[in-house]
Amino acid sequence: MAALIEATALRKTFGAITAVDGISLSVRKGEVLGFLGPNGAGKSTTMKMITGFLEPDAGSARICGHDVLEEPKAAKAKLGYLPEGAPAYGDMTPATFLRFIAEIRGFEGNDIKSRVIAAISRAGLDSVVDQRIETLSKGYKRRVGIAQAILHDPPVLIMDEPTDGLDPNQKHHVRELIREMAPHKAIIVSTHILEEVEAVCTRAVVIAKGRIVADGTAEDLLRRAPTHGAVTLRVLQADAERIAKTLADLASVARVETTAEPDGRSLIRALPKADAAPAKAIGDLLRRESLSFEEIYVERGKLDDVFREITTSTQA
Amino acid sequence: MRDTLKTAYIIARREFAAYFATPLAAVFLTIFVAATGAFAFYIGGFFERGQANLFAFFAYHPWLYLLLVPAVAMRLWAEERKSGTIELLMTLPVSPTEAILGKFAAAWAFIGLALILTFPMWITVNILGNPDNGVILTSYIGSFLVAGAFLAIGSFISALTKNQVIAFILSATICFLFLTSGMELVQNVLRSWTPRIVSDAVASMSFLSHYEEITRGVIGLDSIVFFASLIVFALFANAIAVSQKKSA
Repeated sequence: MAALIEATALRKTFGAITAVDGISLSVRKGEVLGFLGPNGAGKSTTMKMITGFLEPDAGSARICGHDVLEEPKAAKAKLGYLPEGAPAYGDMTPATFLRFIAEIRGFEGNDIKSRVIAAISRAGLDSVVDQRIETLSKGYKRRVGIAQAILHDPPVLIMDEPTDGLDPNQKHHVRELIREMAPHKAIIVSTHILEEVEAVCTRAVVIAKGRIVADGTAEDLLRRAPTHGAVTLRVLQADAERIAKTLADLASVARVETTAEPDGRSLIRALPKADAAPAKAIGDLLRRESLSFEEIYVERGKLDDVFREITTSTQA
Repeated sequence: MRDTLKTAYIIARREFAAYFATPLAAVFLTIFVAATGAFAFYIGGFFERGQANLFAFFAYHPWLYLLLVPAVAMRLWAEERKSGTIELLMTLPVSPTEAILGKFAAAWAFIGLALILTFPMWITVNILGNPDNGVILTSYIGSFLVAGAFLAIGSFISALTKNQVIAFILSATICFLFLTSGMELVQNVLRSWTPRIVSDAVASMSFLSHYEEITRGVIGLDSIVFFASLIVFALFANAIAVSQKKSA
């Protein structure tokens, strides 16, 4: 199946600063791409070029096959976009604002009303429809932006930090909404909240300094964490030294760390060698040697660690 | 073409309503009507002239526009850029031309409304005597055209900056230069160091000379072409400014 969003070698400089340096992306229907990167990495600039708001210095972007600069209207008709900060006309109410969007999107007659009502209920705006947008809380403003983006049920949805500034319940609501729509759309969501990637995205792209430094599922990213697959045991302090020594002899274990706890127990953490998963070997060993332990668990690694590692290393 | 007009109309309607969403509309309309009246009676000597016409009323319109039109125009684009809504607007299926036409039309209609609200002047002069209503009509048209030209310049300047105060001051200054380019004050300076053809060309750009002709009841083709081409040119520059400065 052809990709609904296709960006090819996008490049953008502002004066002496290269904000985006050759980013290519393609997103198919059913995919939710999490767009990650530290602040200033070029996430928003990339999205602005994909949506046709900014003209790239080089490269091109297509939405549903339409080049955003050569056929802007056709491309934009297929696109729902939530810009950074969810801008909206503050002097309007959500009802009049969404009505304006529906008219601009070419809906007529009863369609306008039904589209507006549907968007209001999906975004959970029912209680504030007649309040001026500038008087709304940050969370509601963000939801007005989301309602505006999904009003015409576009095949392509691009959202710049859709959950920024929302409380945990609102975040949950927005993620549910994204998950619901995901099977029928190609979606790009930028975020710097890593849990979001695991929660909603089928794929994650990490950029740093205007370049893509990682592209894969959340699981792929986690695999790059130094603690991914590490096994931690909680044992009596008296046994700690012996167990640690045994574990360190295993082929798949790189090294073993032991920490003494105040309650007379020790935590032993066996860190794996690259690409090794020592959990099974450790399990077998413990059983064979009849070593006793109180707790055992396998670590998945932290996305935060991976993120920090790949975005701060100079040459990734 | 039909789509263009329709989209421009939808934008114009939103913009027009936006004037009334804040006290701006009430303040502007009140001051415009009060000030045009005050100028006509106190400075223009409407009664002292003892003539059944509205010269005293129309003569001061361009000077009032100098202050009031940039105030209407300054928010058109500067506000969109400041609040970030320009990113929303320009990623909707809307072309820059449609957005510019819509915004300009809304602001022009707003000033048109202000002009219509000065109708008590027209009633007054018709009660007091038998004025030439044809001249009054052409004067209204002339006044509306001057406002449109100021507005197009203001809309262009507004697209160059995020700052509404800068937009206001710059447009008022440029409009002032256009207004006075035919006056002795400006012409004397120019004649002293430029060839005749330059000073004449500058003089022919004067809003005042074209406007005075119209308020005498003569709508010449040259005046219509002058104002129309000035509006088109300013809006064209506006389009370039909008697409160039979106990001900055």
